[in-house]
Amino acid sequence: MPEGRCGRGRRAAWGRPAGLASLVLALCACSPERPAPWRLVLPAAAAAQPEAAGDPRAGAQAIQRYGCGACHAIPGVPGAHGAVGPPLAGLASRQVIAGRLPNTPDNLARWIEHPQAIAPGNVMPELGVSAADAQDIAAYLATLR
Amino acid sequence: MSAPRRGRAPNAAGWRRTVPGRLLAGGAGVAVLARCTGGPSALDPHGVRAVQIAADWWGMAIAAAAIWAGVMSLLALALLPRQRGVDQWALAEDYRETPRGGLALVVAGGIVMPVIVLGVLAFVGSRALAAQVTPASPTAFEVDVTGHQFWWEVHYPSQQITTANEIHVPVGQSVQLTLHGADVIHSFWVPQLMGKMDLIPGQTNTTWLRADAPGVYRGQCAEYCGLQHAHMAFLVIADPPDQFAAWAAAQAQPASQPTDPALQDGAQVFARQGCIGCHAIRYGAGDTGGKIGPDLTHLASRGTIAAGTLDNTRGNLGGWIMNSQALKPGNLMPPMPMDGPSLQALLTYLESLK
Repeated sequence: MPEGRCGRGRRAAWGRPAGLASLVLALCACSPERPAPWRLVLPAAAAAQPEAAGDPRAGAQAIQRYGCGACHAIPGVPGAHGAVGPPLAGLASRQVIAGRLPNTPDNLARWIEHPQAIAPGNVMPELGVSAADAQDIAAYLATLR
Repeated sequence: MSAPRRGRAPNAAGWRRTVPGRLLAGGAGVAVLARCTGGPSALDPHGVRAVQIAADWWGMAIAAAAIWAGVMSLLALALLPRQRGVDQWALAEDYRETPRGGLALVVAGGIVMPVIVLGVLAFVGSRALAAQVTPASPTAFEVDVTGHQFWWEVHYPSQQITTANEIHVPVGQSVQLTLHGADVIHSFWVPQLMGKMDLIPGQTNTTWLRADAPGVYRGQCAEYCGLQHAHMAFLVIADPPDQFAAWAAAQAQPASQPTDPALQDGAQVFARQGCIGCHAIRYGAGDTGGKIGPDLTHLASRGTIAAGTLDNTRGNLGGWIMNSQALKPGNLMPPMPMDGPSLQALLTYLESLK
């Protein structure tokens, strides 16, 4: 009759805790959203954006409704893994949007509302985004540090 | 026997944790099922076939639950300790000397009851199968469906309609479904309206459905067919008869040649970029365009694109055209990147194809 589950003899006493510890450490390093080193050193720079006027949660829903995720990979929006335009992760930490505009909530909302007016002939289509929806979307994108 | 190890003896009390654990799981399962209404659930039937399937399913589930409860009660009775001070071994000796008590239970519960239960099930099941095969009312017309990787080609032979990924039916009328497989085996399933019927290459399967309430019912492929099997959905839309007739009349019309210069630009992009090699937009004088992908003659009348994967909006359509592989990897449409003006013109043109 077997003596027990680990019947083959004694293990080194540190074996299991060391294995667990290294597993936990390995998992800690595997975060896909490890912030860039400069963000750890200068958190104030990342938080320099003024507060956006719109509602981020409504913005996330508007993003799904308009189909922005068909072209852009957007964290936190289900199904948003398009690979046509740039991914929007970390958008709030960037200084320039659309390759030409300073990244402010107003500029971002304007760009979302009328991309063809700001950059005629670019690929991002006019989607008939309302002014309110554009502000909400900009507010959501402002949370993507 | 060796001295007992520290803590519980091996295998003792395993059953104690099992019985309440299984009771809890059973209760949780019923609670989950009770929330299965709304959305494409087979327990939310809206057609005569699905109503019968759901009713038979509930009957079997309740009967099975009752039998399970009975068996678990007997098990609990058998395992719970009896009154204090009674010699368990002596009781067992007596029990073994009077086998007829136990034998009666075995014969009743292990032979008589299963024969009755399975007999009833067999009767109910074969009657249900027969009702599923035969249309409940004479079929009004035929819908011919061909399953592709990973989309549904739809024809209405008698109404001269060709579309994709969306089937309209009149409420309350039975519709015949003729099913073909183009490449691999798919399966046609609308949980709220009917059971499954496979689309098998080289074979024609026939089934039927009837929607008894107006609404939009989601169907999906129910036989693994490749990388994007999970994104091979379709819509069955049940309309009142006059609305259905209007839809059918509009779908039977060919596309009209664009006169607006903006739309003409888009039509030229459609040809220039090569879309026409796989997709047809029928202008009437014979078919133009390929048949490898869905017919786009009335694309703008459909609610979804990419076989139910995306809502049919300008943004989704643009992203799909430019890089469908990012949204549905392994689907058979290659990325079709193009410059901004071409894309805008093409989207405007496609949005006009109602």
